Amino acid sequence: MRPFTYTSAKNKEQALQAFTATSHYLGGGTNLMDLMKENVERPDQLIDVTNLDYKKITSNENGGLTLGGMLSNSETANNKEVRTNYPLLSMAMLSAATAQIRNMASNGGNLLQRTRCPYFFEVSMPCNKREPGSGCGALNGMNALHAIFGYSDSCIATNPSDMCVALAAIGATVEVQKPDGTSRMIEFTDLHRLPGDQPEKDTTLMPGELITAIHLPKPEFSDHYYYLKIRERSSYAFALLSVAAGLQVESGVINKVGLAMGGVAHIPWKLTKAEEFLVGKKPNQSNFEAAAALEMKDAKPFEANKWKVDMGKNAIVRALTQAYERKV
Amino acid sequence: MKDIDKWNEAVDPDNLSDDENMILDAMGLNGSSRRKFLKQVSAASLSIYASSFFTSELFASTMKDLPEKTTALLNEVKVNLRVNDMVKPLTLDSRTSLLDALRERLGLTGTKKGCDHGQCGACTVIIEGKRNLSCLTLAATCEGKEITTVEGLAKNGEMHPMQQAFLKHDGFQCGYCTPGQICSSVALLEEAKNGEASYVTEDLKKIQSGLTLSEEEIRERMSGNICRCGAYNNIVQAFKEVHTGNDEMPTWEFATQEQMDKAKNA
Repeated sequence: MRPFTYTSAKNKEQALQAFTATSHYLGGGTNLMDLMKENVERPDQLIDVTNLDYKKITSNENGGLTLGGMLSNSETANNKEVRTNYPLLSMAMLSAATAQIRNMASNGGNLLQRTRCPYFFEVSMPCNKREPGSGCGALNGMNALHAIFGYSDSCIATNPSDMCVALAAIGATVEVQKPDGTSRMIEFTDLHRLPGDQPEKDTTLMPGELITAIHLPKPEFSDHYYYLKIRERSSYAFALLSVAAGLQVESGVINKVGLAMGGVAHIPWKLTKAEEFLVGKKPNQSNFEAAAALEMKDAKPFEANKWKVDMGKNAIVRALTQAYERKV
Repeated sequence: MKDIDKWNEAVDPDNLSDDENMILDAMGLNGSSRRKFLKQVSAASLSIYASSFFTSELFASTMKDLPEKTTALLNEVKVNLRVNDMVKPLTLDSRTSLLDALRERLGLTGTKKGCDHGQCGACTVIIEGKRNLSCLTLAATCEGKEITTVEGLAKNGEMHPMQQAFLKHDGFQCGYCTPGQICSSVALLEEAKNGEASYVTEDLKKIQSGLTLSEEEIRERMSGNICRCGAYNNIVQAFKEVHTGNDEMPTWEFATQEQMDKAKNA
């Protein structure tokens, strides 16, 4: 690990003031420390923001909840209000990593975790995300785990977060502190960005900006929800592919859908076409299948990840079916 | 005197306490074989057997004697580490993980370094009541936090019930993951008491405190601790005994075809 200076910020002013172009904010460190050990991340300074006072869950003016940016993933997923009103979010967060890692990881940090593409982690390999201009090793390499939507020639990596898939389905607004002391709001779907020709940028955050809160809309999917996570072993693994599904059904007709997919793109992949298709329809197998087909026809897989197309279709249908039929 | 000399002095057979002699008597190690054994085996590997005897005698004094400062440091940070009810001020390189600080600076080698990348759970310790990975935690972030390692679980010369259950149920083979497994299990007892849910919990809305965990739940919740020897069945039984207070011998049966099919399609 490269040497760095350590600064523990007592408040946001200290954190913002200490920030330099080569600094990193330190949350739970579950991703950053690992990447620093691999020399993938090489900050000159770490600014510990875990003591900042963004650790509460409060009600917001939309009738929803606001989740503190520094609150741990486990405290968030197991908060009674979150479990009751946003069980889709709890379920997705609880599917991620392990109890130890969820205890450490912060909500803000979860949103900013970096890809698990093996070329990104291996410093002897080319990777435009890690070393802009060095090329993409995965493009013509081992790409079984890579994107089928929205990639570019520069980068075909996927976003590894489970929490983000649920947030994309539910809808959320991210509150960010800017270095000048003011704050701004970012629609959740605008936070992450497609790789384009700048894959080194995962998000639309500007240098020095700090996520302080995630505002959730009023709860809509507390009755019908499911987070389906498909992985190589049944626990403690990143998703090969995942689907977050939330439904609101009245008098046998769907009137609201939240649907997003993980493991298929550089961003949590919101299934807007399927959502639009399902509104006003009956929650049945044939409609679920039609919605899934509508989304997956745009998939452009590589030789090694063609299986993601069929698996994706089936996963969407199964997640929607589970969301509708499960009695919990 | 170098740390290693202090350590050797501390494990000199002539300097052992009555408790330590008792343990070695119980293990049938006398005279020259005792001397050889103590030379070859670090006290850390005995911690499973005898942590209750050794924590008070060896680890405490070792902590006191270890130097506060190493000779060459980059980007020094000062931190007061509060481990197992003892406080030790340390001056560290900012890069030092909690795991390395525990092992290299405090002599608390019960906590193991497995992958050092947050993938195996061998380094699990309890910080402020919650299980954490010490390999991905910077020591500098632990100022004043209450840290419990496997050496701190025994109280008043008695092993923690979870340690006793791991022995009884043979919840290990090589033992390398065991300190992490035990710390993780001890923290999980509290999580169950608090009514925390997992990914396999059916009903997230109705879950109450004072949970009784099924084997499926225990396996999911312990998935952060990998055991390369595959002692999982016995680890689950050990946890279950302490968790439920039911010390009946486990009964075994082969999986039915239906269970096999379910596992295949999971």
